[in-house]
Amino acid sequence: MQIIKDNQITNDTWGHRPDDTELGGGDITISLARLQQNGKDLINHKGKLGVRILPSDSLEGIADYLPKLALIELYFPELADGRLFSHAWLLRNRYHYAGEIRATGHYLPDQVFYLSRVGVNSFYPEKAEDLLVTLASLNDFSVKYQPSVK
Amino acid sequence: MYQYNEIDQKLVDERVAQFRRQTERFLKGELSEDQFRPLRLRNGLYIQTHAPMLRIAGPYGLLNSKQFRTLAHIARKYDKGYCHFTTRQNIQFNWPKLEEVPDILADLAGVQMHAIQTSGNCMRNTTSDHLAGVCVDEIEDPRPYCEIIRQWTTLHPEFDYLPRKFKIAVSGALHDRAATQLHDIGLHLVKNEAGVVGFKVLVGGGLGRTPVIGQVIRPYLEKKYLLSYLEAILRIYNLYGRRDNKYKARIKILVKETGLEEFTRQVEQEWQQTKDTLVLTDERIDAIKTHFAAPPYDQAAALDESLAKHQKDNPAFATWFKYNTANHKIPGYRAVFLSLKAPEVPPGDMTDTQLDAVADLADRYSFSQIRVTHRQNLVFADVKQEDLFSLWQQLDQLKLATPNIGTVTDMICCPGLDFCSLANAGSIGVAKEINEALDDMDYIHDIGDVKINMSGCMNGCAHQSVGHIGILGVDKKGTEWYQLTLGGSSENEAALGERLGPAVAKNEVTKAITTILDVYVKQRLEEESFLDMVKRVGIDPFKEKVYANH
Repeated sequence: MQIIKDNQITNDTWGHRPDDTELGGGDITISLARLQQNGKDLINHKGKLGVRILPSDSLEGIADYLPKLALIELYFPELADGRLFSHAWLLRNRYHYAGEIRATGHYLPDQVFYLSRVGVNSFYPEKAEDLLVTLASLNDFSVKYQPSVK
Repeated sequence: MYQYNEIDQKLVDERVAQFRRQTERFLKGELSEDQFRPLRLRNGLYIQTHAPMLRIAGPYGLLNSKQFRTLAHIARKYDKGYCHFTTRQNIQFNWPKLEEVPDILADLAGVQMHAIQTSGNCMRNTTSDHLAGVCVDEIEDPRPYCEIIRQWTTLHPEFDYLPRKFKIAVSGALHDRAATQLHDIGLHLVKNEAGVVGFKVLVGGGLGRTPVIGQVIRPYLEKKYLLSYLEAILRIYNLYGRRDNKYKARIKILVKETGLEEFTRQVEQEWQQTKDTLVLTDERIDAIKTHFAAPPYDQAAALDESLAKHQKDNPAFATWFKYNTANHKIPGYRAVFLSLKAPEVPPGDMTDTQLDAVADLADRYSFSQIRVTHRQNLVFADVKQEDLFSLWQQLDQLKLATPNIGTVTDMICCPGLDFCSLANAGSIGVAKEINEALDDMDYIHDIGDVKINMSGCMNGCAHQSVGHIGILGVDKKGTEWYQLTLGGSSENEAALGERLGPAVAKNEVTKAITTILDVYVKQRLEEESFLDMVKRVGIDPFKEKVYANH
């Protein structure tokens, strides 16, 4: 599967490991709960480590883990849940996370312009055929009224 | 009024292009109905009983003659020759075709208008005082701040998918004509002890199913912090507002469940971390203020002597003057209300011919500007008193001079079951019946200030819970019934109406209203308004008569 990262189409190396599955190797994201419960054991993981954040997750306490995380995945269970937009904003502005923040799950290309402005820099489209429209949608607007996350 | 610069124009043009692509994808089947819904709603487009309904933003109710002519053109070309003005100072078309909506939006963009965020769970059109800038009780003109908020809320990347819709109102006067206590955020321009103007901030007010009066979250906020404070409130709401139940998702429920004290603590804590990163500078405020500079008033206007003569010679004109004009801060000028409540017309509706004619009159008599009030009327804010007689004659020809502003037939009314897919009951027909029963202007004027608000369902688009008399349509096993409330108000002493008793059948509503008014006429003290009497005697005397035969 291909994704968009920093305005470029690129190959994806990441996989998500649900809570009830083995971690295995490779570049993986796990739930925030698993990260917080098994934080110490994960140091030995072979491959890069990331976390999947859901809209209902609280970012409180995440700061300790951020230096170890190569990816924060914002997973949309449904497109209309706007909490992830604030999570992204907080990760960049409040927690100063500089790594990759990726939108995944059920969202629309029509939302990526906003997502990019609150700090999301990579996009895994819900439908593979939406890759190009997602890339194009990053430029839906050439002007804006509010400051964007740098 | 505010004039778009290149950035503003580009933004609305690019929005039209975006919506055109989205509509094409939907029509080709590339977007499902569920996916297209939030996108179309954010462009004002509902799917209604008969056809889509398109809601267009009237930024804080301020429009110009060119924009009115475009509304007339849209009514003719894409609709059935009329439009509807709403309680949020917006404009609705009831009969557009989905595939033509991008073209309508393009026509609107051509005159600096749009439908952005007029529906959907996002920040809506900011509303304000229809007498802003001209009224005699103003601390400061709220419109520059409305425009600043309009820009800040438009396509805000973080807050476009809130738990529920979000409405902000701003008032700059002592008398609250913007119902600021009934908004998610209400802003009052106030002076602090040092005489410096800032904002009193209210939060958690709202109508709909669970009407709540807003509470003060900050008694005084320096102007430079306006946007950072709004941002802090919105972020707390976006993160913690309920999303499990759409009827409990407004900020009023969050404030209630969290408690005002704790909610305030959360907002203040968030704000402390961001207040200095989003500062509204004096330069920016001043730049926006230049757009709202006073028009070139005629210094000689106060010398007019014709008004007094016309009032004396023509009682009909004198009556209209009394009810449909308001004091102006400049001597020799009046603010004129155009009543959209003629007896035979659905409240708030206007035809294309009227729109065009009003545009011409605005050009001639009121510096080409027209305002929409939250009671669904229009205002020419700057009319010379020597022009009033001639203006009245022309408005009368257009059926826009019914002298009923602020009276019982100046009803607020939603489209109801006739047009709206949410409605449980009709409202336009009931309004018409009440109007027909109250055909005696002298009686109406004797009753004076009675505000009837009628909604066809619990969503309360016509603000029935703050009507002096509220009428709420409910569905009882497939028939239309109406719940009455008394004593509500959206002004300074905001209050929610008290339920009179069991709902009444459709054919009994008019009788109930006339009975209520008769009780008032018989039992009022001298000069006592309807609202004051309800406060004094409670609902029992009314209840007794309305349900006398039950």
